[in-house]
Amino acid sequence: MTAPPDDCLARNEWICGRYLSTRREILVDAVLQHLELTALSVAVALAIALPLAVLARRWVLAAGPVLALTTVLYTIPSLAMFSLLLPVYGLSSTLVVAGLVLYSLTLLVRNILAGLRAVPEETRQAARGMGYGPIRLLLTVELPLALPAAMAGLRIATVSAVSLATVGAIVGFGGLGNLIYSGMNTYFKAQVLTASVLCVVVAVLADLLLLGVQRLLTPWTRAVRS
Amino acid sequence: MKTLADAWDWLADSAHWAGDGGIGQRLAQHLVLTVVCLIISCLVALPVALVLGHLGRGGALAVNISNVGRAVPTFAVLVLLLLTPLGKWGEGPTVVALVLFAVPPLLTNAYVGMRGVDRGVVQAARGMGMTGPQLLWRVEVPLALPLIMSGVRLAAVQLVATATIAALAGGGGLGRIITAGFNLASTPQVVAGAVLVAVFALLVEGLFEIAERFAPGWARRARNGKG
Repeated sequence: MTAPPDDCLARNEWICGRYLSTRREILVDAVLQHLELTALSVAVALAIALPLAVLARRWVLAAGPVLALTTVLYTIPSLAMFSLLLPVYGLSSTLVVAGLVLYSLTLLVRNILAGLRAVPEETRQAARGMGYGPIRLLLTVELPLALPAAMAGLRIATVSAVSLATVGAIVGFGGLGNLIYSGMNTYFKAQVLTASVLCVVVAVLADLLLLGVQRLLTPWTRAVRS
Repeated sequence: MKTLADAWDWLADSAHWAGDGGIGQRLAQHLVLTVVCLIISCLVALPVALVLGHLGRGGALAVNISNVGRAVPTFAVLVLLLLTPLGKWGEGPTVVALVLFAVPPLLTNAYVGMRGVDRGVVQAARGMGMTGPQLLWRVEVPLALPLIMSGVRLAAVQLVATATIAALAGGGGLGRIITAGFNLASTPQVVAGAVLVAVFALLVEGLFEIAERFAPGWARRARNGKG
C-alpha cells in the first residue's frame, strides 16, 4: 500500500501550484467557455441596443417604454432570469447567453441614449447647416460624439457579464462558474479560489482591452485634455 | 404557454406554500435577509461615506469601490465564504456576502451626493457660524439625500439579487425554490420560483419608486424645519 501523497492537493489548501499544473486543460476550457459566453452576449446586446437607443432618441415617445422595460429587466435577479428562460431554451448555453444579453442590453441602451442626448444642439444645427442629411448626421456626428458614453456602458456591461456568467453554472454552462460550483460541492478550496481569481482577472483584462479600444477610437478626447 | 400554466398550478397548490421549505417560509427568509442586511450595510457604509464626503477625503476609494464590486462575481464570493470557517455558521456566509455587495453602491452614491452639494451653500453655512457637525446634519445631508436614497435603492435591489444567488451556495430564501426545482428537474417549479423572485424584486424597486415620488416634498420640509 502506498502512502497518500502529501501535497497541497491532498491537504486541500487554498493556494495550490499543483492544482494549476495538473488541471491546466480544465481551467483553459473553462476560461474559453467564459470568454465565449461573455463576448457573444455582449456582441448580440450591442447589435440590439444601438438601433433601440437611436430609435428612442429619434422618436421621443419610444424613450419612456424602452427605458422602463430595460429597468424592469435589470431588476430581475440573474438566477430568476436564467430560470425564466428555461422553458424557452432548455439546459443550453443559449439560455445563459440570452440572459446575459438582456442585462447587457439594459446598460448599453441607457448609456448610448445618454451619449446621444448629450450631443450639443449647436453641433447638430451646424452639421445640418453644412447640408448633412439625417443619416450622415447620425453616423458622422452624433454617434462619434456619443462614443465615450457608449464605451463606458460597454465596459460596465462586459465586466458585469463576466461576473454574472458564473451563475450560468446552475444549467451547467457557467464557464469558470462551473468550476466554482463543482468545487463547492466537493469542498475543493484550490479550485474555487483559482476559478474565482481567474474570473476577476478576465473581467479586469476585458475592461482594460475596451479602455484601449476607446482610446484608439476617440483620439480627440485626449487632444482636448492635453 | 403550457409551462406557464404548469407554473401557475404549482403556485396555486396550497401544499407548496405551507410548512418547512414552503413558499411562505422562503419568502419570510428572503425578506428578513434583505431587510437585516440593508440595515447592517447602511450602518456600515453611510457613516463612512458621510464623514469622507464631509471632509472631502478618500474620494478615489469611495468611487472605485463600485467598479471593484462589479468585477467580483457574487457567486464566487458566496462559495469562498462558505468554504471558510464562517461556512459552519448557517446563514453567516450569506449575510457577509450580502453586506459586501450592498456596501459599494451605498458608499459611492452617498459620497458623490455629499461632494455634489453646492460649495457656495457650504461656504454660506460656514459664514453663518455653523460648526462641522451642524454643517453636516443641517446642510450637507439634507441636500445629498436624493443621491443617498438612490444608493439605498440600488443596494436593496442588489441585496434581493444576491440573496437569490445565495441559494446556489446553500443559503435560504426564495432562490431555494428555484434550486430545488432544478434538482427535481421540475421546470414548473423552477419557473414558479423565478416568477416569485422577479415579483419580489420588482416590488422592492416599486416601493422605492413610490417613496421617491413622495421624497422631494418631504426632504424640502425637513430642510425648512431644521434650517
